Amino acid sequence: MATKQLNKGDLINIFIRSNFLLGSFNFERMQAIGFCVSLIPALKKLYKDDPEEYKRSLKRHLEFFNTQPFLATPIMGIIAAMEEKKANGADISEGTLSGVKVGLIGPLAGVGDPIFWGTLRPVLAALGAGIALTGSIIGPLIFFIAFNVIRLLTNWYGVMYGYDKGTELVDEMGGNKMRYLTEGSSVLGLLVMGALVAKWTSVNMPLVLSEYDNSAGEHVVTTLQSILDSLMPSIVPLLMTFACMYLLKKGMNPLLIIIGLFAIGIVGYACGIFA
Amino acid sequence: MTSMQFILLFVVAMIAGMASVLDEAQFHRPLVACTMVGMVLGDVTTGIILGGTLEMLALGWMNVGAAMAPDAALASVVSAILVIVGHQSIGAGIALAVPLAAAGQVLTIFVRTITVFFQHLADKFALQGNAFGIEMCHLGGLLLQGIRVAIPAMLVAAVAGTDTVNSMLSSIPEVITRGLQVSGGFIVVVGYAMVINMMNAKSLMPYFFLGFLLAVFTDINLIGFGAIGLICAFFHIKGLERELSAAAAGHSGNPVDDVDDSDLM
Repeated sequence: MATKQLNKGDLINIFIRSNFLLGSFNFERMQAIGFCVSLIPALKKLYKDDPEEYKRSLKRHLEFFNTQPFLATPIMGIIAAMEEKKANGADISEGTLSGVKVGLIGPLAGVGDPIFWGTLRPVLAALGAGIALTGSIIGPLIFFIAFNVIRLLTNWYGVMYGYDKGTELVDEMGGNKMRYLTEGSSVLGLLVMGALVAKWTSVNMPLVLSEYDNSAGEHVVTTLQSILDSLMPSIVPLLMTFACMYLLKKGMNPLLIIIGLFAIGIVGYACGIFA
Repeated sequence: MTSMQFILLFVVAMIAGMASVLDEAQFHRPLVACTMVGMVLGDVTTGIILGGTLEMLALGWMNVGAAMAPDAALASVVSAILVIVGHQSIGAGIALAVPLAAAGQVLTIFVRTITVFFQHLADKFALQGNAFGIEMCHLGGLLLQGIRVAIPAMLVAAVAGTDTVNSMLSSIPEVITRGLQVSGGFIVVVGYAMVINMMNAKSLMPYFFLGFLLAVFTDINLIGFGAIGLICAFFHIKGLERELSAAAAGHSGNPVDDVDDSDLM
């Protein structure tokens, strides 16, 4: 019997399908169908002479699956490599395959969420939005192109690297490297977030606190904003950020907080505190 | 609106809706979706400005784990249609976006629940070895997500710009639209707070304060902050490496040392 082997074309097919992983996200098994559909090109080829095992393979990849979508790709690569070994007679049980998947989704989501959702997207979106406010098409383009180049490279190398390394990668992910990556990206993300709180917000409080003519005959106006600026500029958005963090931790719906802030803005504008 | 614009609008709304569940190419983000609607309706600049404004609002809206964020897709597409066709202010767009995001969230939760049906259908196809059937289940869920944005968008597009809708929108008092625009300057703090909470790294908060202070007292731009952040991350990882290797060395040392270490902790 000839050995069954996946070629580059099959892996490219998996990569293309990986871009649609979340298409049928549902509350029961989340990304399960998407994971199975991504692996179908490999399963079809490996089990074409064994219809019974083919059915079992489809069934076993319809089990619960949920992780950060871009980092699901190394799991697809690893599982493709393991299925290939299994199809060639290696003693890999369904339990082992399932164990690898379940064991990896948590750690990979733990790394992927702070990197992609916590750092990359908000930073690029804030950069793009800042430019977009001037009406320039460069804003949306920077965000869209930069994010997608990084995402596609991640998905591509995820599938290829996962397949090449196979189960070796599972041990690697258990090591310290993943922790370095997570903490490193959190450092970068938090530093930029701190800068954005100061730079990408605008609060203006022109409420006049005192007004007088000094001995030189100059008219001196002290507003709430001028006092705040002399103490610590951007202190208001910083305090607002902390208040939001507190309310979110208490489990408050973010939309309610947004409505609350809008109410503050409208009332503040009506009373002349904000402008 | 010409019938060609109507068709293109349907396509854009479908793409935004499907992207909202996929979360891959980001067509559902306000920055991209509003720009696309602007292109279709012949007023790109308004689309871009509205997109930038709403992107600030939606910065922290992300689907992590099983949690559902407010829906950026419906909010972006529908408010962009109303603002551009009805020549409304950006403030009116903000006012519309929030309730639309809540409505979109309800719709996507509904779709994600009925997609459980496709999940069970897929199980049946697996038993028959029918890969095509499973692929169709996948596609079915995806299309439903597109439709749940496209249908409301088409309904709004059909009435947008009519006198009734315009007079309804212009009946929003100025104090509200101006107040909303003022809040637009700081509403993004909700997004920042969501992102910071998600990273859940209390011990790394000094880096946040470092970024804040540098931004307040210097003129460094975002690229500069990215570079400083990378350098900080480098030193942080070096420190972590030392810490972890010291801990590992402690464990391989003789047992007496181990006891001493744990006492010191």
